Amino acid sequence: MSERARQLLEIADDELILGWRDSEWTGIAPFLEEDVAFSSIAQNEIGHARALYELAARELGATADELAFDRAPGEYRCSPLVELRLLDWEKTIARHYLYEEADAARLERLKQSNDPEVAGLAAKIDREETYHRLHAQMWFDRLKDEPRFTAALDELRPLLDADRGEHGPELAELWDEMTIVRRSQPAGTTW
Amino acid sequence: MIYEIFRQERKGQPFQHAGSLDAPDRAFAETYAKEFYGRRGESEALWVVPRESILEIDHFVDELNRNYHRVDGYSLKEKLKEARERAGSAAPRDR
Repeated sequence: MSERARQLLEIADDELILGWRDSEWTGIAPFLEEDVAFSSIAQNEIGHARALYELAARELGATADELAFDRAPGEYRCSPLVELRLLDWEKTIARHYLYEEADAARLERLKQSNDPEVAGLAAKIDREETYHRLHAQMWFDRLKDEPRFTAALDELRPLLDADRGEHGPELAELWDEMTIVRRSQPAGTTW
Repeated sequence: MIYEIFRQERKGQPFQHAGSLDAPDRAFAETYAKEFYGRRGESEALWVVPRESILEIDHFVDELNRNYHRVDGYSLKEKLKEARERAGSAAPRDR
């Protein structure tokens, strides 16, 4: 696999898995306005994953769906940060803040890419991420002096540099749920 | 706190009420207003106003019934037309 495809898959996996985890708050966020905003962010991330998978799929002779759902959990290249099932809001917001910060730096690099498709997609994604960063920053400013929030930041920050090849049991559980409809259909089913 | 959101669809157009949202402070109100009313190219600008800042007046006493004082209560154009008809003369541009 080329370096380009490897990099695209890495980011697509991050966005898909984080989008999935964030969407688990739909209907149960701390208050209704936040529920709408955070669900919208989750949906954006899955949309970004789709665009990135499509770009990788053209190079790999596959489809976006095959890349998203037909690999084994151990083949995913997402960061261990995004796969955790976080049941506390302050931890979810801490992850959101850490991810947006790291993602901003990554998108800045990709926008400088010599590959016009990669640079173009990064620029397009970054326009939506602007809202995610605004949202993450607003929560950070509100919670930055709360010990529970700063403890969550300290706990999760090391995962930003963790090995992308090492996954915990929570990714396999998520994968099981995420692919259940696809696996219930005979291969090649179209909708 | 409840904020009322007013939306301007295009430059130069009046702001129109779009809806309301509940937010703990101005920063949250700004983010949610952008998220709900602004980020899909549907607005040129937004006004985000705490509901309590709005002075609402919804009770009017028309004790003298002088509706000719209303700005929409007296059409000069109509009055002129009637006067011209009585005088049997057309409007200046029709002469």
